[in-house]
Formats: sequence, structure tokens, C-alpha cells
Amino acid sequence: MDTLIGLWDTFGRDWPYLATLIEILVKIVLIVAPIMLLVAYYTYAERKVIGYMQLRLGPNRVGPKGWLQPIADAVKLMFKEVILPTGANKFLFLLAPLITLAPALAAWAVFPFDEELVLADVNAGLLYILALTSVGVYGVIIAGWASNSKYALLGAMRSAAQIVAYEIAMGFALVGVLVAAGSLNLGDIVRAQAGGIFSWFWLPLLPLFVIYFISGVAETNRAPFDVAEGESEIVAGFHVEYSGMAFAVFFLGEYANMILISALAALMFMGGWLSPFHGWPILGPLFEWVPGIVWLFLKTAIFAFLYLWFRATFPRYRYDQIMRLGWKVFIPITIVWILVVGLAVVYELPWWFD
Amino acid sequence: MKAFIDYFRSLFLLELFRGLGVTGRYLFGKKFTLEYPEERAPQSPRFRGLHAQRRYDNGEERCIACKLCEAVCPAQAITIEAEPRADGSRRTTRYDIDLFKCIFCGYCQESCPVDAIVETRIYEYCFLEKGQNVITKDKLLEIGDKHEPQIAADIAAQAKYR
Repeated sequence: MDTLIGLWDTFGRDWPYLATLIEILVKIVLIVAPIMLLVAYYTYAERKVIGYMQLRLGPNRVGPKGWLQPIADAVKLMFKEVILPTGANKFLFLLAPLITLAPALAAWAVFPFDEELVLADVNAGLLYILALTSVGVYGVIIAGWASNSKYALLGAMRSAAQIVAYEIAMGFALVGVLVAAGSLNLGDIVRAQAGGIFSWFWLPLLPLFVIYFISGVAETNRAPFDVAEGESEIVAGFHVEYSGMAFAVFFLGEYANMILISALAALMFMGGWLSPFHGWPILGPLFEWVPGIVWLFLKTAIFAFLYLWFRATFPRYRYDQIMRLGWKVFIPITIVWILVVGLAVVYELPWWFD
Repeated sequence: MKAFIDYFRSLFLLELFRGLGVTGRYLFGKKFTLEYPEERAPQSPRFRGLHAQRRYDNGEERCIACKLCEAVCPAQAITIEAEPRADGSRRTTRYDIDLFKCIFCGYCQESCPVDAIVETRIYEYCFLEKGQNVITKDKLLEIGDKHEPQIAADIAAQAKYR
């Protein structure tokens, strides 16, 4: 081990730029590879959970209990042809899926997995995440336009309007978080929630928490807000014309976004890597040994499961109802609650913000 | 007042939580999936699957080429040609069933005066090449020979209803 470190040090002295590059690449792989694996198995979990809720078994043929199903799906999609529609703008057509996937992965750069475990401890982390998640809309719009198809264009228009509407409610919900935490740094936001399950932000910011997660579902174009791909109306929305790996990248982007939103909900409202029994008399020390990343993973998994639960339960919203909910219900409620939180912080009301 | 209550109901998503409760219960409910190659659905003795021709116990084929099945067949899937055999008995020289035309109604079996043409319980078969959809007399007899115990048992079980 020592010789290895020594070798690496001499290598770093001789080729400093190359060494930095390799270091960055290794870090990227360390974050992206587990996330891609999670995405693959999230699709499997979705099919299983929805199957179980419909009293079916879900995929169970490929490998033991169907565990190799996502790999089989990936291999199938890789070997399929990517069809370019006539009249499509080839460059934008192939760029669009990447624009959807890239922000969902790039956002993890500022994400604190544990007290010290963060790639870039940026002070404006929350702002960075808000900015990046908004970029995802461009992927959808570009895909819809570049496909040269009516259905794709209609789907893209729907989803663009919807995402923009819910972006505002989501932004306001996060404003509440940053007022309560007094920081844009994601690590500081978690540290501001220090304590057991009842000192996390979900309790004082309950309306914002609910609105954040519902907006997140709408943002990622998931059921019941999936009018962008309403198959009975516009076939598959913005990705009708996509096939093979280009479609798979859209798919990965959607699921990576879902995991990101779940993880952010866990981070900002459910205390991130903190143990739910932190500071409690008996249970606190009992669970002291559990690493923070495990708690974070469990919390993320709860929200990720909620996504699937919603999809199995709710029928699709009508388009005007989605707009009504976004503009006339969520935005007023968030504004009112930001006012409440602001007053509570300014007058240092006890129990909530001490 | 009612509008007020309704407003708060929808604001606090009460109906939606009830919906989640239903699917949440179903998550742990008993699953109805039949895992096909390992498990199979029960079959009736009246099941109408692939056709077969039967023989008497002495090995003589039952079919006497009366062509009732050909006449009754609503899809006209059966083609029969008949001639007297060397010993003078009337037999088919050709008995083809086109399975692409056949609708598995079972009329051929019902019309047969000697229980020669029957529909078996076989339902797992496929055609890999063009032409395999027409099953000839030889093949029908072969299927019949192979599954005779099952066919005879099914016919015996149904005898009192016919």
C-alpha cells in the first residue's frame, strides 16, 4: 500500500496535469457508477412494486428472481437501431437525450453523502442544483422539436409548460428551506437540522415539504403528472421518435432525476445523513455505529418508493387541472408559508428555530 | 358550508391518501400470477385443442369417410377424399385439417358418428415452416395413438352429457 502511494506521488510530481485528470475521472466514476446501477435497479424495483400492487409478480424470469432483468433490458436496447426520422435535425435529435441525462448526474457533484463525503463543497450548492435541474427541460423541448413529429412537439410543449409551472413552486419551497437553514450550502442545510427525527425540517416546513415532493413528481414528468407522454392522447410524447440507446438515455435521465429529487427531499427535509434517533436517550447511542450514508440511502429509498406508489395508485391528471394545481394552489401556499417561516426566523420563535 | 368542507378535503388530499391505502394493502395481498411453465391452469375434459384421429382396439381406424365433419365445419378447414379400400371398406385417402382456418369449435367431434375425429387437450404446438399448418391423416392418427388413454378417458367422462 505504501509503495503504491509512493508511486502515485512520484507520478503526480512528474505529470501533475495528468494526475489531476485521473483523480477527477476516478471521482466521477465513483459517483456515477453506483448511481447508474441504482437507476438500473430502480426500473426493476418499479416493475416489481407496481406488479405487486396489481397482484402480479412482476419480472421474475431473467436470472434468480429476475435480478438480471435490467441488464437484459440494457443489452437489448444497446443492440437496437437508433432510427433518425426523415427531416429530423440530427445533431439536436441526438443531443437532446444527453441534455436530459447530464444535469441529473452533474447535480450530484455538490451532494453531501456524509459529513465529509462531498465532491465539491460549494457554498451556493442549492442554487447550483436548482439551476441544473432546470436545464433538463431543454432536453425535452429540443427532443420534441428535433423529432419533426406532431406528437413529439405537442408532448414537449405540454411538459415544458408543466415543468416551468412547477419549477416555481419547487423554487419557493426551497426558499423556505434556505430561510430556515440560513445557508445555500447543502452540508450546512443538513447541519441546521441536527437532532432527532423531530428537529428535521419536515415538521416546521410540512406544507413546503409536501409541495416540494409533489412538484418533484411533476418536474420529472411522472404519474400522475405524466401528460407529456400520455399514451392514449399523444402516443409517447416527446420521445415517440426515439429508439435504441437514444431512448435508453432518456429513460436513464428520467430515473436519475427521480433518484435525485428523492435524495434532495431526504437531504433538505429529512435530515440527510443524520440518524433519526440522534440525541435520543437510549436509541441514539444504540444506532451510533450506522454510517450516515446508510441513513441517507434509506431516506432516499422511501421517497423513491413513493414515486412508484403514486404511479400505481393515481390516474393521470387532466392538463388544465395540473396547471390549476401548480399556479393556483401550490404557489400561494408556498408564499404564505415562506412568510410564516420568515416571521418565525426573524422573531426567533422557539421550538422551530432556536 | 359544504363547499368549504370539500375545499379542505381536497386541500389535505384525503381522497388521495385513501387511494394510497388501497394500493398499499394490495402490495401485500396474495398474488394471482400463474407461473406458466411450472404451474398450469386446470383443464376441462371438454378442452378443445389440437385434433386427433382415433382407432378401434384392434388397430382399425375409426373414420369411415362419411364427411359429416367436412360438411359441418364452419370454417371449411377440413378436406376429405375417400375411396374403397382393397378389402372393400370405405376409407379416407386424404384427411387434412388446416389449423389456420380451424376455429376450434368442436363441431367435427360432435358430428362424428364413430368418435373418430376428436379435439385433444394439447395446446402447446407451433408451426416453424409454411405448410406445417395443414395436418394430414397420418399425423392425426399419430397424435391419436400417442394420446389415446387421455382421449378415451375424456370421452368416457363426457359420455353421459352427450
